[in-house]
Amino acid sequence: MQQPAANLHTIEPQPGEPTTEAKNAPKKGQSPFQMAFRRFRKNKMALVGIVILILVTLLSVCAPLIASHDPSQADLYNVDAKPDSKHWLGTDDTGRDHFSRLVYGGRISLLIGFFTMLFTVLIGVTFGAVAGYYGGWIDNLLMRLTDLMLNFPFLLFVLFLISIFEKTTIPLLVSALALTSWPTTARIVRGVFLSLREMEYVQSAKAIGCSDWRIIIRHMLPNALGPIIVNATLLMATMISIESALSFLGFGVPEVTPTWGNMLNGAANIRILTQQPWIWIPPGAMIILTVLAINFIGDGLRDAFDTKSTRR
Amino acid sequence: MSQYILEVKNLSKHFPIKGGLMRRTVGYVKAVDNVSFSVKKGETFGLVGESGCGKSTTGRTILRLMEPTSGEVIFDGKNIAALTRKELRKARRDLQMVFQDPYASLNPQMTVGEIIEEPLRVHGIYSPAERKVKVKELMETVGLNQSYIDRYPHEFSGGQRQRIGIARALSLQPKLIVADEPVSALDVSIQSQVVNLMEDLQEQFGLTYIFIAHDLSVVKHISDRVGVMYLGRMVEVGPKQKLYEQPAHPYTEALLSAVPIPNPKARRERIVLKGDVPSPANPPQGCAFHPRCPKAFDRCKAERPELIHLGGEHYVACHLYDEQEKSAVLTM
Repeated sequence: MQQPAANLHTIEPQPGEPTTEAKNAPKKGQSPFQMAFRRFRKNKMALVGIVILILVTLLSVCAPLIASHDPSQADLYNVDAKPDSKHWLGTDDTGRDHFSRLVYGGRISLLIGFFTMLFTVLIGVTFGAVAGYYGGWIDNLLMRLTDLMLNFPFLLFVLFLISIFEKTTIPLLVSALALTSWPTTARIVRGVFLSLREMEYVQSAKAIGCSDWRIIIRHMLPNALGPIIVNATLLMATMISIESALSFLGFGVPEVTPTWGNMLNGAANIRILTQQPWIWIPPGAMIILTVLAINFIGDGLRDAFDTKSTRR
Repeated sequence: MSQYILEVKNLSKHFPIKGGLMRRTVGYVKAVDNVSFSVKKGETFGLVGESGCGKSTTGRTILRLMEPTSGEVIFDGKNIAALTRKELRKARRDLQMVFQDPYASLNPQMTVGEIIEEPLRVHGIYSPAERKVKVKELMETVGLNQSYIDRYPHEFSGGQRQRIGIARALSLQPKLIVADEPVSALDVSIQSQVVNLMEDLQEQFGLTYIFIAHDLSVVKHISDRVGVMYLGRMVEVGPKQKLYEQPAHPYTEALLSAVPIPNPKARRERIVLKGDVPSPANPPQGCAFHPRCPKAFDRCKAERPELIHLGGEHYVACHLYDEQEKSAVLTM
């Protein structure tokens, strides 16, 4: 009694056979993410970016194996040495091996970039998602807070923190950066959630009886992940440059810790700039290379997720 | 009295219009304005009207996907409009919805199996293994091949997606399904398949439908009783035969005269309404239809007509049928 009625009406084309390139696709369907990943793999610039980022990461992770000296070991008998076979990039004004510092410096820069990105995205997504989903006064409250933070003088905040804690540590720097940079992410996520909220599948999730929590996590977040990932990637690049800039200005990590920014800071005088290019070119190049690579990846991800913006 | 599974009483949904520098409320769009009707167990109640007349809003307000401004929705003895959030989530088991746009109503990140299973999972029905069996059963029931269970919505055609949407609505074995223009987005050839499927399912599972559409012929095919809406108000309710053969309200008459007849030789007088539908933010005084009504008279401009019983189950909101006026019109 149950079966016969339905099958009468299945005359429409079934998936798999006729449409698109699904011909030799496996039986298991491709999720939008898998499709985005396939598009990403075709983007050469992004792949170059990935390769560079992997190399830089490997260099930093394997720093103890690669570095020839202890990066914070001063050698006062051998200051401002030119590059030679023992010190590949010479030594700085306290005799520390410059190449070792360069290799170790990547660790801190990447670490700060990554964790700042992570915390920024966590805070931003939480605020943006809640504001966008609930709307009304919750949205108003959270967004005014966001506006406030958006206009918060970031440099002043960092200076303020440093003066309180007297010494900048990496966790402090990460917190300061994350606390001042989440508003942009929150705004992006809120925008996406506002438009997703009106989608019929979100309405249908509500009609089914899903809890708010489940709707946000299961139905909206996965569909907002594209813009979030793109934002996170570009954010990491920004954070690496900001960390360098802060260190260069002397507000970053303590000078003894090798970071690329600190190394540039140490090179900030006319004598070094004109006569010892091996001191400042390598860290500068590393920063540019890393930031560029991450930006390429971010652009690639954006093209992969947002099919409307791809020209190919 | 309990032949009615759903009774909508004086349901209203007003959207505030914000304006000015301070975003103050300067007025209301009365998308649904004092609408009342009842739906019998096992029947299909068609809800028709032009775009923007509030029929979708009515459907969504009944399910409380939108909060009603006022009024009652009595379903199975409970007032849906007054349930707490927790009670409402439970009540949703018996009230489901099929959406208009099959391309937007399925989460693109979930597989078909996950989509159909979700209602069961959310309400904690069956073990995971039993759910999987149930999902396959449902897919068979709506005419989808079981092997597509791990595919994603974008791999299906519009008609198939609508079947997925129907399977999802069916999974909880609801008593009432609100179908919000379920076939409007589909090709005509597919429309009939989906409508037939819905009819078969109704017979199989004893479902009650509220079928919202702007296509009068589809509504005529599937409905037992039909309600006609204009500018947020119910202007006529009646059994299908009665309403299509002897439309009482001038608006219904005009609406029906616009349905194409699939016979090129057939001639019929078409009533072309003058003007446009007025803005629901600023509806005309009295009967909302009077500026366009060919039969309007003075009273229509001043007084809003209530639904009048015409005998049987036929009701109309029009002063022409008011007892005293009726005699006046007849003697003319």
